[in-house]
Amino acid sequence: MTEESNELSTLVAVLRADYDAILDEWLAAQSDEGVRRTELFSEREIRDQSRSVLSAIQDALTGNGEFRLESEDWEPVKDLLKTISQERVDRGGTIEESTRFILTLKQPMFEHLKRHFRSRIEDLLDEIWLSSRIIDQLGMYTMRVFLEERDAVIRRQQAEMMDLSTPVVQVWDGIVALPLIGTLDSERAQMVMENVLEAIVEREALIAIIDITGVPAVDTLVAQHLIKTAAAIRLMGAECVISGISPRIAQTIVHLGVDMPEVVTRGSLESALQYAFQTIGLTVRGK
Amino acid sequence: MSRHGADRGAPILALGRNLVVSIRDDLDDQAIVELQDRLTEEISRRRAEGVIIDVSRLDVVDTFAGRMIGALAKMSRILDARTVVVGVRPAVAMTLVELGMTLGEVETALNLDRALEILAGSKSR
Repeated sequence: MTEESNELSTLVAVLRADYDAILDEWLAAQSDEGVRRTELFSEREIRDQSRSVLSAIQDALTGNGEFRLESEDWEPVKDLLKTISQERVDRGGTIEESTRFILTLKQPMFEHLKRHFRSRIEDLLDEIWLSSRIIDQLGMYTMRVFLEERDAVIRRQQAEMMDLSTPVVQVWDGIVALPLIGTLDSERAQMVMENVLEAIVEREALIAIIDITGVPAVDTLVAQHLIKTAAAIRLMGAECVISGISPRIAQTIVHLGVDMPEVVTRGSLESALQYAFQTIGLTVRGK
Repeated sequence: MSRHGADRGAPILALGRNLVVSIRDDLDDQAIVELQDRLTEEISRRRAEGVIIDVSRLDVVDTFAGRMIGALAKMSRILDARTVVVGVRPAVAMTLVELGMTLGEVETALNLDRALEILAGSKSR
C-alpha cells in the first residue's frame, strides 16, 4: 500500500490544495487565541513568519517516508521555529504565546482535513491523528528552544552580574579599592579574591582596600573568605585593609569567635584611605 | 661538582650585599637540598644582608614547594639575612592560602624593585 510507504502524502496534498486558505485561517486563529501581539510583532512580520513556517512544513511533508522530527527533512522547520522563538524571547514574549503560535495551526488543519474526508471517517481520524502528532511535537520543540534561549539569557545576565559585582578601582598610585555590595557567597568570594589579586599585579598595588559597607551580614564563612583573601594579598607582597565594618558586624565577628589577627580593619573607607596614604608615605594637605 | 650543580639547579645572583635566587617548577628534591646548601654557603661567604627569593617562574605549588620556600627563608634569617619573597602569582597565592600555608613569617614584595627597596630600608613595612 502506498500509504504505508508514505503516510504523509495525503496530508501534503491537502496542504498544497488549500494552502492560502489554511494560512489565512491560521492567522485568524492566532488573533482569536490572543497569540498575535501586535505590540511585539507587526501584522506583516506575523504573516511572514506564519507563511514561512507553513511552507517549510509543506516541504518537510513532501520528503518521503514517515514523520520523524529528528530527520533531516524537518531541520528547516526547526530552524525557523528556533529563530522565531529566539526573537520572541528577545522582545519579551511569553512561552505560552510562543508555543500556541504553532499549536493554533491545528484548527485550520483539522477543518480542511474534515472537508476532504467528509465521508471517510476512518481516514479522517488517521489524518487528524497524524497532523496532531506533528503539530504537538513542533509545539514541544518550540517550548524547548524558548526555554533554552531564556536560560541562555539568564546565564549571560548572571555572568554580567558577577563582573559588575566585583569591580576593582584604582584610588591612587599603588592603592586599589574593591567596594563590595550585596551578600558574599563562596563563588563570589572566590571571584573577589581572583579579581583583587589580578588587579594587584596589573596596577602594581601596595595596598588593597576591601570595603564591605554594602555587605549586609557577615557570617563565619564570609569572615573566613576575607581572612583568606587578606593572606593571599599579603603573599603577593601587598597589604590588605578591610574597611566599612559597621558596629553590628564588629560585634558579630567577635561573637562568632573569628580571629582576624593579620588583617588591618578600619571603620570607614575614609580612614582606610588615610591609613593607606600613611603606609605609602603620603600626606594629604588642604590648600 | 658545584659547577655541575649550578648548571642544573637554581642560579644564585649577587646584587650588592643581597642575593637573588630564582625558583622554578622543575626543581626536584635533590636540587632543593643542593640549593639550600649553596644558598646558606653563599650567604655566609658573602655576608649577605638580604636574600630575595623570586618565585615568579613558579606556576604550580604544592605543600612541598610551600614548605621549601618557608625553609629557605628561615635558614637565611638564622644567618642574619633579611629575606623577601617576590613574584608570587595570583594562582600561586590562592593555592598556598587554600593549603593553609600563609608563610606568615616571611616578608613579601610584588617585584624585585620593591624587594630591593625593602632591603635598602628605604621603605620598611
